[in-house]
Parts: sequence; C-alpha cells; structure tokens
Amino acid sequence: MRFVLRRTGKVLEDTANMRKGIFRVIMNKSEEHNTKSGSTSLSSSGRSQEKRIGLLVPSRARERQRRLIQSAAFWLFRGAAAINGIVLIIILYFLVARGWRAINWTFLTQPPLEAMTEGGILPCIVGTLCLSLGAILVALPIGVASAIYLNEYARPGRVIRIIRLGINNLAGVPSIVFGLFGLAFFVVWLQFGVSILSGALTLGAMTLPVIIGATKEALRAVPDTYREASLGLGATKWQTIHRVVLPASLPGILTGAILGISRAAGETAPIMFTAAVFFTPSLPSSIFDEIMALPYHIYVLATAGTNIETTRHLQYGTALVLIALVLGLNLAAILYRARLRRRMG
Amino acid sequence: MKDRHIKGMGRQRRERAIRILFFCIALASIATLSMIVVFLFTEGIPILTKVSVKDFIFGQYWYPTDEPPEFGIFPLIVASMAVTGVASLISVPLGVLTALYLAEVASARLREVVKPIVELLAALPSVVIGFFGMVVVAPFLQNSLGAATGLNLFNASLMLAFMSVPTICSVSEDAIFGVPTELKEASLALGATHWETIARVILPGSISGIATAIILGMSRAIGETMVVLMVAGGAAMIPTSLFDPVRPMPASIAAEMAEAPFRGDHYYALFATGIVLFVFTLLFNLIADHIAHKYRQVGAATL
Repeated sequence: MRFVLRRTGKVLEDTANMRKGIFRVIMNKSEEHNTKSGSTSLSSSGRSQEKRIGLLVPSRARERQRRLIQSAAFWLFRGAAAINGIVLIIILYFLVARGWRAINWTFLTQPPLEAMTEGGILPCIVGTLCLSLGAILVALPIGVASAIYLNEYARPGRVIRIIRLGINNLAGVPSIVFGLFGLAFFVVWLQFGVSILSGALTLGAMTLPVIIGATKEALRAVPDTYREASLGLGATKWQTIHRVVLPASLPGILTGAILGISRAAGETAPIMFTAAVFFTPSLPSSIFDEIMALPYHIYVLATAGTNIETTRHLQYGTALVLIALVLGLNLAAILYRARLRRRMG
Repeated sequence: MKDRHIKGMGRQRRERAIRILFFCIALASIATLSMIVVFLFTEGIPILTKVSVKDFIFGQYWYPTDEPPEFGIFPLIVASMAVTGVASLISVPLGVLTALYLAEVASARLREVVKPIVELLAALPSVVIGFFGMVVVAPFLQNSLGAATGLNLFNASLMLAFMSVPTICSVSEDAIFGVPTELKEASLALGATHWETIARVILPGSISGIATAIILGMSRAIGETMVVLMVAGGAAMIPTSLFDPVRPMPASIAAEMAEAPFRGDHYYALFATGIVLFVFTLLFNLIADHIAHKYRQVGAATL
C-alpha cells in the first residue's frame, strides 16, 4: 500500500507510523479518513495498491496525547514554581507568628539585660547597620569602577577574560573562607583586631562581585546612541562616562548597592572571627571596636549558652528584625527596578 | 594654534591616566582572590609539619583537641559532599523546572510575581534558614518521621536545597532566554507542540547554561556555612544513613575556630580545611566557566 499525494504526486511509503495511528489521512477537504479505522483495511488490501490522498496529518488520538503530555509537563513546571512560594510563605509564617510578640519598643531600643535573657537588641541593630554600611562604602567605589572598566574601556581579549574569571571565582568563594581571610589578613596581619573595620572590609570584599554584576548590567542598559551622541559632540571618553553614561545608569547602580547592603547585613560567617562578639557593654564608639550583630546574635542565642529554650522569643524576635531589614531592602530594590523597567520599556 | 595642540595633548594624557586608573581598580577582584589564596596557604600549610597531605585528606579521625590530636578531615569532606549531593537531588529539578516555568509558561503578569518570590528566597539570610531548620524542621523530622535527631544530613540538605534553588533558577532562566527565538519558531512552525519544542529544541539548546547553573548551585551549597553549622548535627563521622548527624567542612571551621589556640596545630588544621573547601569551590567555578565558554550556546546566543 502506498499513498500518493494528490496535489504533488509525491509517493509516501506505508510506514509503521501510519499503521500505529499516528497520522490520519485526509482524502480531500470534505472527506476525512482516520487511519485508526483505516489501518485494518490497509494491511488487508495488499502491497501493490496505490491510494491517492489529499494530506497526512497527525491523528486525533495522537494530538490529544500530545496535548495531554504538554499540559502534564506545564503543570509540573507550575508545581515547581509554587513550591518556592510555599517554602517562602512557610518560613515567613513561622518567623512572624512566633516572633511578632517579642517585638516592642523596649526590644528595639534597649541593650540585652539579665545575662542576655531579657531586654532588647539595640547594639545588634546598630552593629549590623555599621557593618553593612561600611561594607558598601568599601565595595561601591571599587565595584562601580571595575564595572566601568569592564563595560566601557576593556576590549575583548585575554585580560578581560581573566578579570571576569577572577570576579566569578570571587563570587563563588564560600563565606566562611572570607571569614578565614579576614581573620588572617585584617585582624592579624594588618592588626585591626576584631573590629568594625575588619568586619566591614571582609564583608566589602564579599559584596564586591554583587556590585560589579549589578553595575555592569546597569551600564549595559544605557543605549550606545547616548555614548555616540556625546562623543560626536567632541566629549572625551571620560567626559562621556562621567556626564552621560553614569547619570543614565545611576538608578540601576543604586539598586545594586541596596542589594549589596542587604547581602552584607545578612551574612554571619565572614564576621564571626572578624567583627562580631557575643556581648558588648556599650555601643561602639570607633571603627576599632568590636560589636554585636543581628545574624551573629541569632546564631549565638540559638546554639550556645545554657538558656537556649528561655531565650527562644528573643531569637525569633531577632530573626524577624533581620528578615524585615533584609527583605525590606530587597523588596524596595525589586519594586524600584520593576518601575525602572516599565519606564524604560 | 599651538596652545590648542598642547591642550589636546593634556586631554589625551588625562584620558590615558583615567583609563589606567580604572584598569588598576578592576584588578581589585583578582588581587582579593590572590590574597585569599596567599593567606589561606600561609596559615594552613604549617599543619603539614604534623600530618602528611594524604593523612590529612584521607585520615578517618578528626579529634583536634585530643592528646595526641588526630587531624583527618575525610569524614568532613564526605559530609560536605553528601549534603551537597542530596541537596542537588532536590534543588536541580526544582530550580530547572521553575526556570522553565518562568521562561516559557508563565504569563508576563505571573512572572512579575514569581520572580520576586525566587529572589526573596535567595535573599533570606543563611542564619535565618539555619534557625528555621533548627526550630521548625528538626522537631518536625523527629516527631513525625521518628529520626533519632532532627539535626541531621537530611535536614541540612533540605535547607541547602532551598538556598541553591534561586541560583540554579536564575542562571538556567538566562540560558533558556538565550536560545534564539528563530529556533523556537522553526520548531513550532514544523508542528511541534510547545512542550515538544521545550524538550527537543530549547533544553538541548540551553544545556550548557543549565549545566553551569547546576554547578554554581552545588558550589553555593558546598560552601554554605551557617545552615550546616546549625542544622547538620555536628558529628565528625562518615554518615551511613540519611538521618545521621554530620559535620561538613564549613561547619567544622566555624564551630572550632573560636576555641582553637592562635597559631596552634588546630588553628593551622582549620585553615588547611579552608584550603580544601576553597579548592572544591574553585574547581566547581572553573568547570562552570569552562562549560560556559567551551560549549557556547547555539546560534546567535552567547552566555
């Protein structure tokens, strides 16, 4: 049995696919012929026959099957995406439900009292703000300048490839290794001691790739026509960058800075050996003071000491404050960026 | 005329100076990375006067405070690999499927909701995830699954998985977006369904990017400290079941550094553990970089 397409005269051999009912035969526009029913007649009617047909299209059963597979796969995708949301909601739910009772004015404005079992977390809030602002002071200028070089000056080649590799690998260094580095370099070798300075520098080194990445993206979003217009008016490269490219990309860079601050605020491992301590009697007065920090406070209260159970409410409260700080900053950055995109797009 | 010429020269010189300045600053990342290597090695190498490299890496016993101390980090390495492996069993399918959802299925409106959720998940501080694992997941595992302790390999892997999903998801998503629309349109025009296009055109086209994403996710999991410090249980032995407590490398460093005598053998051993950890993540990152460059995406897309 052979099919011959009526329009073109092309010969279609009787293949296994046709017999399996994967295709159906359309004789012409008006009459349709499903191979499922036709397949018995195909095999019984012998080899030498020829049948002139209009079209071969996928059979209805096969199309239904394909659609079914597709919707199953898509529901799998949707399920995976939903799991992320559910996990986020579960985590936030437990922290808020168990933590909100601990939050009050005293908690936010008093130092810890009664051997850390009462009182508040003011020194931790101050410490975390100092550390993350310090980190951004270190990372922002260096990060923005690096990104400017990579995006505006560097020509593709070996040098840029090596620098990029360095940045990627710096981004992949584990946070605890940053802690070891900070301890060996800032605390011991440069003799900064366990201090805000050491912690901020360590966190700054860790935030650097975040800032570079965000700035590069912001610079790339500036249309080349801006640069060409400026250069065409006789401005030098630096004037172009300084007066045209940077102002245009400033919002994107700021978003990156916010994300960098929030990243630095939430990190624990890099400050464990470089800046944070269990308890300080007073608020820091210089950058060479050791300090308390929110993430380290959670860790210490939850794992060390004899009052783990009695300070649970403080742990939840501290976690909630940290989450509010970090997610608040992130949400601000996300919303701001979405607004920017809408304005530009 | 002459004056203008000189002015132009000055301008050029200034431009060159600025260019060189930016170049020097751009080297900061590499400088930092090299300093990390230098300081890890200067503080970690002295342990080799006490144990050989082979005994350090393959030694079965980690008793740094005993007399005489034993510095074998094999159980720590196995623990790190175990938590990373189990975590990727969860995070790879979840991350890639979420990326496919975001890139191919979600409407623009839903994307605007789901993408921030994934980003917020990435933004959760590790100490908070560790805390959540301690106070919510651990009791749950103990009570409902009857595990001997809630702080174990499985719990740590679960927490790590959700920390690496955002990495895997966002890098995969970029890779999927990188597949040229022409390929996708060609497939659809030939009569393939959207799913068939995803499975036979888009996935093969973005597989190098997805592989990069997976390796970066694993690198994030193996280096993550606070979660394994708080949730993994802390027993320095080779796990035999999914519910055994373990002590991955970062947890060991973070937990013991405070009490290790400054520049004693224990201190050196912890820095040496840091070297091993650093080498692991460096390898992961170099492999990811190699894949991204060698197996560039097909067609017009590049990573």
